[in-house]
Amino acid sequence: MLDKNGIAKRIAQEVKDGYYVNLGIGIPTLVANFVREDIEVEFQSENGVLGMGPFPFEGEEDADVINAGKQTITTLPGASFFDSATSFGMIRGQHVDLTILGAMEVSEKGDIANWKIPGKMVKGMGGAMDLVASAENIIVAMMHTNRAGESKLLKNCSLPLTGVGCVKKIVTNMAVIEVTPKGFQLLERAPGVSVEAIISATEGELIIEAEIPEMNV
Amino acid sequence: MINKKVDNISQALKGVTDNMTFMFGGFGLSGIPENAIAQLVKLNIKGLTCISNNAGVDDFGLGLLLQQKQVKKMISSYVGENDEFERQMLSGELDVELIPQGTLAERCRAAQSGFPAIYTPAGYGTEVAEGKETREFDGKMYVLEHAFKADFAFIKAWKGDAAGNLIFKGTARNFNPNMCGAAKVTVVEVEELVPVGTLDPNQIHIPGIFVQRIFQGETYEKRIEQLTVRQRG
Repeated sequence: MLDKNGIAKRIAQEVKDGYYVNLGIGIPTLVANFVREDIEVEFQSENGVLGMGPFPFEGEEDADVINAGKQTITTLPGASFFDSATSFGMIRGQHVDLTILGAMEVSEKGDIANWKIPGKMVKGMGGAMDLVASAENIIVAMMHTNRAGESKLLKNCSLPLTGVGCVKKIVTNMAVIEVTPKGFQLLERAPGVSVEAIISATEGELIIEAEIPEMNV
Repeated sequence: MINKKVDNISQALKGVTDNMTFMFGGFGLSGIPENAIAQLVKLNIKGLTCISNNAGVDDFGLGLLLQQKQVKKMISSYVGENDEFERQMLSGELDVELIPQGTLAERCRAAQSGFPAIYTPAGYGTEVAEGKETREFDGKMYVLEHAFKADFAFIKAWKGDAAGNLIFKGTARNFNPNMCGAAKVTVVEVEELVPVGTLDPNQIHIPGIFVQRIFQGETYEKRIEQLTVRQRG
């Protein structure tokens, strides 16, 4: 079974040379720490920066340079700033190559729910609905089950949706799964996790073809 | 040169009254019009509809208007980090419309640019699209979203001149340029009002035509919401 860093490490293998990447809050943010150093990648933050760098050293923070999580950041050589409409133009116009975000639920049709739990304080969707409706390449980073031990990979989402039919790949602490027209296809299992354990933790239909290799993390 | 400079904050906010709709630039606490907000608190006008990506924190930004119960409705994409906001929302005192962040930006830009509405894929198939017109283009579904109608847009820029030309800094830019000219009156506050002719015309982010009033803010706190640093060495 992987921890959050393990999930991020596996997803980092999906980040290719020349990609512009948008990282969501939580596990996705950790992906930046594991991207190969011999490739060129630029991180976009939807509040208006491309070419995001690491957090600043203490005393060097700038209130005018933050990421979508409102954290102080730095920029790398070649970075640019832009307005919100331009930023979402990059996203909607599919200029961003890869979007990695968290989820509360994903369905076997690729629907995603990650913004609202009825009865609880609703904080809003921020840029999540724009991102999932537009990106061609969306990877969800999440734990396979919720705190109550219930599957987060469902036949149908029970929570209000963020987007429909948009998730392409899911990397959890247990498995790598591709969302196909036929449903969830199991591609890889986490080190030490059996196919049977993945089946029992997955509520949606799981397609298993041939031998399932262990992840290389 | 058409002069947009006003002498003080009272002149800058002349004409604001109860029950108006205002746009506020800013993302989190970055790039918010601190001086205009302070004056609105002082004027204590009520029943406001606020279009702003966020709602500030309890004791800063739009949170200051919420504290005095000046806001009737918020149109935002993300409203966490504010206890008073949550209390008013749950008690029904405050009406909240949550919309996708990119849709918010584009509804501002549509208002700025003379489009009555735009089609966006964001929110299709979700509760955000309920009751809205949808349409298929090239096999993909889109939702019709209308341009905002607002009385005033309150903008924060880094540098500007009396002609109303603006330059923004860093991610404090965010929604500010998209809201310029998107309301009946655009009021801009800048950290530094420079003499006309000193800004390079090639480097202007927003031309003065989108601006009606400009002034230099008295002070800026520029509070950091999530100070995050790394260790040296």
